[in-house]
Amino acid sequence: MTARSLTAHGLAAFSPVAQRQSGGATRLGQGGTGATVTLRGLSKSFGVKPVLRNVDLHIPAGQFVAVVGKSGCGKSTLLRTILGLETPTAGDVRVADAAPNVQAARIMFQEPRLLPWARVIDNVVVGVRDRSNQKAARAAAQSALDEVGLGDRGGDWPSALSGGQKQRVALARALVSHPRLLALDEPLGALDALTRIEMQGLVERIWQEQGFTAVLVTHDVSEALALADRVVLIEDGAIALDLAVDLPRPRRRGSPELARLEGIILDQLFKTGDRVAAEASGDALQEAYA
Amino acid sequence: MRFDSKNLLAFVIPVGLILVWQALSSLGQLAPEVLPAPTAVVAAGWRLALSGELWANIGVSAWRAGVGFLIGGGIGFALGLANGLSKLSERLTDPTIQMVRTIPHLAMIPLVILWFGIDETAKVFLVALGVSFPIYLNTLHGVRTVDAQLVEMGRAYGMGNRELFFRVVLPGALPSIFVGLRYALGIMWLTLIVAETISASSGLGYMAMNAREFMLVDVVVLSILIYALLGKLADSIARWLERATLSWHPAYLAH
Repeated sequence: MTARSLTAHGLAAFSPVAQRQSGGATRLGQGGTGATVTLRGLSKSFGVKPVLRNVDLHIPAGQFVAVVGKSGCGKSTLLRTILGLETPTAGDVRVADAAPNVQAARIMFQEPRLLPWARVIDNVVVGVRDRSNQKAARAAAQSALDEVGLGDRGGDWPSALSGGQKQRVALARALVSHPRLLALDEPLGALDALTRIEMQGLVERIWQEQGFTAVLVTHDVSEALALADRVVLIEDGAIALDLAVDLPRPRRRGSPELARLEGIILDQLFKTGDRVAAEASGDALQEAYA
Repeated sequence: MRFDSKNLLAFVIPVGLILVWQALSSLGQLAPEVLPAPTAVVAAGWRLALSGELWANIGVSAWRAGVGFLIGGGIGFALGLANGLSKLSERLTDPTIQMVRTIPHLAMIPLVILWFGIDETAKVFLVALGVSFPIYLNTLHGVRTVDAQLVEMGRAYGMGNRELFFRVVLPGALPSIFVGLRYALGIMWLTLIVAETISASSGLGYMAMNAREFMLVDVVVLSILIYALLGKLADSIARWLERATLSWHPAYLAH
């Protein structure tokens, strides 16, 4: 696999954009609350199967990074390693110049993962770092619920909520402790298209308000481009493309600039696959003639 | 609980049966030595209640059932939790428990009489033995099938072992534990009746067997009806507990 050379190619081709993106991150001017994330030579294997190979990635404080790739490419493992849910086989992970710690970062999963036996407000309390002071914890949970527009549903059971509402409660739970790093593991993948666009707007607004560093894993390239300052494409456990998205927010869906970037990413994703398929069919033809 | 017309429907068949039974007895179609009339059973109950014999026997049986249930249920619950949470504990104890479980516990009666005679220990031991397995199996199953994604969420949100257990594992296992509880309550009465019928000098089972010796069929029928009522009572308590603790569950969301 030529992932390393592709990385170089990707960076070279868009270097003016890549240079601008660091300026884009500081433009937000909220780096004080976000955490920087640095991966050096990160590798992860499950048994003999390598999932991540020698990944180097630096995410400045407050940046919104989207990690895209085909399923099984290692993008979720990358995220879980940044959070400290997986230990790297080799290499080094630093979050805000410290080893990853589950308490410093918060994650939103693809499923809401709410406790069905706890009321909505108590589910948000789970995200509060110091749960010993019940009163303060509930007050913080209530303001987080207000933030996601569900302030009046605190007393309900999760089973009474719609899929989008459950995911908004999960967002409130992730944000109630004001994390410096928010990891999003395809959190909108299971939602219907309209709810997803609404949730993207909510995530973007709260990110702009709070200035945390965000890492979004997704297989939806248009979602990555709608939200992220920078899109990182993972192929076979390595970074194949690192693309800055320096477009003003809120971004208009279907704008030519977004379409152009989407084209670049999709070309990278499918180019190698198509060539292999073409060669395979060519071989089949030759065999048929022989 | 509300008693509207839907709840009354449940009483149609039992009340109907009693009316038919009373009618057949009054018309002389049912010989009193085969099945005494409902009124005769009520009269026997009244007589025994006045003499205090009924309450003493119910008290003794309830005590045996309760103590046996607490001991057996406690052991089953503790082992179920331990084996659900720890692979080491499971490897150590589960094969033995599964082996002992295949022995019908009532087959132990002759041995239990030899060990403990016919006093309280024998009955309590048998009830505890019978009750522990359904509680064990369902607690283990409940802990095992707690949503792994929720456990991962708890860990990712910084829960320690203790908090994870009380906030995630135990509530998640509770529906299954209640299945075991209700099943165990049935086994509790069954075991006690058999044990008291075979070897006892007090209790409801003894009262029924003693009455048989003297051909007091009304007292025999009375004992059987009291068993039914006690069983129903225990089941109702379990259902009430279930409804109170599982109010979050979509199946119990009836307001």
